[in-house]
Amino acid sequence: MTTIDNETMLNVRTMEINFGPQHPSTHGVLRVILRVDGERIIEAKPVIGYLHRGTEKLFENMNFPQCVPHTDRMDYVAAATNNLGFVETIEKMMGLRDQIPRRAQIIRVMLSELQRISSHLLWLATHAIDLGAMTPFFYTFREREEVLDLFEDYCGARLTLNCMKIGGQPYDVTPEWLEQLGAFCDKFPKACDQYESLLTTNRIWRRRTVGIGVLSAEEAIDWGITGPPLRACGVNWDLRKVRPYEIYGELDFEVPLGANGDTYDRYLVRMEEMRQSILILRQCIEKIRETPEGDLKARISRVIRPPEGEVYHSIEAPKGELGYYVVCDGKSQSGYRIHVRPPSFINLQALPMMAKGHLVSDLVALIGTIDIVLGEVDR
Amino acid sequence: MLNSMPVLSLIAQIPEPVMRWFVWPTIKFVIAFVIVQAIVASFTLVERRVLAFMQARLGPNRVGPYGLLQFVADPIKLMLKEDIVPAGAQKFAYFIAPMLPLIPAFMVFAIIPVGPPPYFEITSVNIGVLLVLALTSTGVYGLILGGWASNNKFSLMGGLRSAAQMVSYEVPFGLSIIGVLMIVGSLELKDIVIYQERHIWNVIPQIIGFFIFLVAMVAENNRAPFDLPEAETELVAGFHTEYSGMKFALFFLAEYAAMLVNSCLAVILFFGGWTIAMGEMGLTTPLLQSWGAWGALIGGIVFFTKVMMFMVFYIWLRGTFPRFRFDQLMDLGWKWMIPLALANILVTGVVVLLLNPGGA
Repeated sequence: MTTIDNETMLNVRTMEINFGPQHPSTHGVLRVILRVDGERIIEAKPVIGYLHRGTEKLFENMNFPQCVPHTDRMDYVAAATNNLGFVETIEKMMGLRDQIPRRAQIIRVMLSELQRISSHLLWLATHAIDLGAMTPFFYTFREREEVLDLFEDYCGARLTLNCMKIGGQPYDVTPEWLEQLGAFCDKFPKACDQYESLLTTNRIWRRRTVGIGVLSAEEAIDWGITGPPLRACGVNWDLRKVRPYEIYGELDFEVPLGANGDTYDRYLVRMEEMRQSILILRQCIEKIRETPEGDLKARISRVIRPPEGEVYHSIEAPKGELGYYVVCDGKSQSGYRIHVRPPSFINLQALPMMAKGHLVSDLVALIGTIDIVLGEVDR
Repeated sequence: MLNSMPVLSLIAQIPEPVMRWFVWPTIKFVIAFVIVQAIVASFTLVERRVLAFMQARLGPNRVGPYGLLQFVADPIKLMLKEDIVPAGAQKFAYFIAPMLPLIPAFMVFAIIPVGPPPYFEITSVNIGVLLVLALTSTGVYGLILGGWASNNKFSLMGGLRSAAQMVSYEVPFGLSIIGVLMIVGSLELKDIVIYQERHIWNVIPQIIGFFIFLVAMVAENNRAPFDLPEAETELVAGFHTEYSGMKFALFFLAEYAAMLVNSCLAVILFFGGWTIAMGEMGLTTPLLQSWGAWGALIGGIVFFTKVMMFMVFYIWLRGTFPRFRFDQLMDLGWKWMIPLALANILVTGVVVLLLNPGGA
C-alpha cells in the first residue's frame, strides 16, 4: 500500500492522523494513531494513559474500606459494579462470602443490575451519536436520569456511588424506593422499544453496523475479550451464570447471544441485556419483599485485616469481566498489591485488529461498540 | 406633505429605463436580502427548538420570551469572538472560503419568484432553472477551499468529502429536474408554477423525480443523514474545524441559505409554488392577481408555508437518521439515484411524446 515518491523520498500514499485524545468520539481521552490511505485505515494504534491516576498504587497505601470510593472512579459510569467486585474480593479473602445477609445480597444485585442498565444506556447514547443518530442520545438520557435518581435516593450519590461496604450494605431500601423501582421496571421496556424503533430496523443503522468489526469466537477468546463483545460472537460466557455470585444463582434470566460477532450483534446483545436486567430487577423486588428486615452486614470487626495470601475474584460488570487480584501480607490493613483486570482495557486490545481495512467512519463505530471507559482503561 | 419632499421629486427625475432595470431591482434585492437573512437567522432558532421538541428536551429558551431572541444573541456572540487563523494556514484562501458559499446562495433569491408576478420577483430570467443550478453548484468551492486552507487533516478530509459528495449529487439533482422541464416545456420558474396550477402539481406525475430530488437536495446541502463533510463525531467538524467567530457563522448562514434555496426550488418545481390550485381550480395566480397586493401577500404566505414544511423536513431527517458512510453515500448516488433518474427521464419522455404526438 505504501508508495514512495521518487523525487522527495516521501511516503505520499498514506497519511498519519492523530485521532484524539481531544476528539468528540473517542469517549474521553483515547488517542488512536491512524495510518490511512484516503479514508481506509491501514493501521490503528491506540495510545492510552491520558487518564492514568495510579489507582492501583494508591490502593497500596490505603486500608480496604478507604479503597472502595476509589473503585468508583475507575469505570465511572458503572460505579456500583466496581464496588461490588472489590468488596466481594475482600470478603472472599476474609472468608465472609457465605455470611453476607441475604437482604444485602439482593440489594447488591439490584444496584448492579440498575448500574448495568445505566451503563448500557450511556453506551447506546454515545454509540448512536457517534454514528450520527442524535435522538437516541436524549431518549436514553431521559431513562438514565431515572436510574440515577434511584441511586441518589439509595445512597445520596448519582455517579460515584460508593454504595457497598465490605461485609454488607450500608443502607436498607425503603418500600417507596422499591415502588419507584417497580414503576421504572414497568416503563423501561417501552422506552427500550422506542430506542430500537429508531435504530434496529433502520437501513442506514444496519449498513453502518452489520459486518463492521467482525470478531470470531476464537479471536475473541484469544484476546481475552469478555462481556457483550464476547457474547455477540456466540460464546455463552456470563459470570452471573458461570460462577454465580450473590443471589444470581437463584434468578431466572437469559444470557443473550449473538451469531456474527459484528457491531450490529453487539448492539442487539446489549439491548437484550437491558431487558433481561429488568427481569432480574422484578424478581429482586419480589425477593426482597419476602425477606425480613434485619442485619445488612456480616459480623466483622471494624478493622479489616485479611489473612496472608492472594485471591482473584471477578464479576460480570456491564462491560465484561471485572476482576480484582489482591495480595495481602496478613499484617497490615492495606493490600500488598492490588491489581484490577478492567474489561475495557482488555477489550480495547481488539481495536487495531478490528479497525484494519475499515474506513475512518467505522473507527468511531468500533470505539463505540467496544464500550470503553477511559477511566477504567488507564486507572 | 409627501409632495413637498425633495427626495421624491428627485426620484421622479430618474429616467424610466434606469428605474426599471437598475433602481427597482436593487431595492427589491435589498429587501429580499434582508428578508432572506432574517429567515435564515431565525431558522437556526427554529431548528434548535424543533429538534429539541423531537428529542424530549427544551432547546434555547432563555434569551427573550420563549428564547425568541436567541437568533439575535448568537450572531452578536459570534461577531465578538476571536477570529483565529491557524498556523500554516493559506491566509487568503482561509479568509475568502467562508464567503464563497454564501454569495451564490443569496444570489439565487434574485430569480426565485416567491409570490404571484409582478410583486414578488426581483427579476424574471427565461433560463431560471439553469441559473439556479449553476449558482448553487458553485457553493462547494468555499467548502473545498476552507478545508484545504485550514492546514488540518480533518478539515482536508471534510473538504475532500464535500467535493466528492457535491459532484456526485449534482448529477442526480440536475437529472431529477429534467422530467419536470420536459413536462412543462420551459426553464422559467414562473412558467413552471403557472403550468402546475393549470394542470396538476408535478409531484404526482414526477413522483420518482421528486424523491430523487429530495434525497439529492439534502445531500447537496450536507445535511443529516448526508452531513459527511462536517461529520461531527468522525471529522470533529470537517471543513470548518478551524473556523471560529463570524467566519464560522458565515459557513452556517450559507448552509441554511442553501437549504432555503433548495426548499424554494422543491416548492416551485413540484408543489405548485405560491398557488394552491390544480386544473385551474383553487387559489390560482389570476385569482391572486385580481386581489392586487393582498393577493400577492397571500401567495407569498402560501409559498412561505410550503417552504417551511421542507425546512422542517430537513430537521426531521436530522432527528431521525444515523449518518451514511462515505462509500455507501457514493453507492447510493451512482448506483441507484443516477440510473433511476435516467430511467425517469426516459419514461417521462416517452409519455410526453405519446400524449403530444406532434411534439411540444
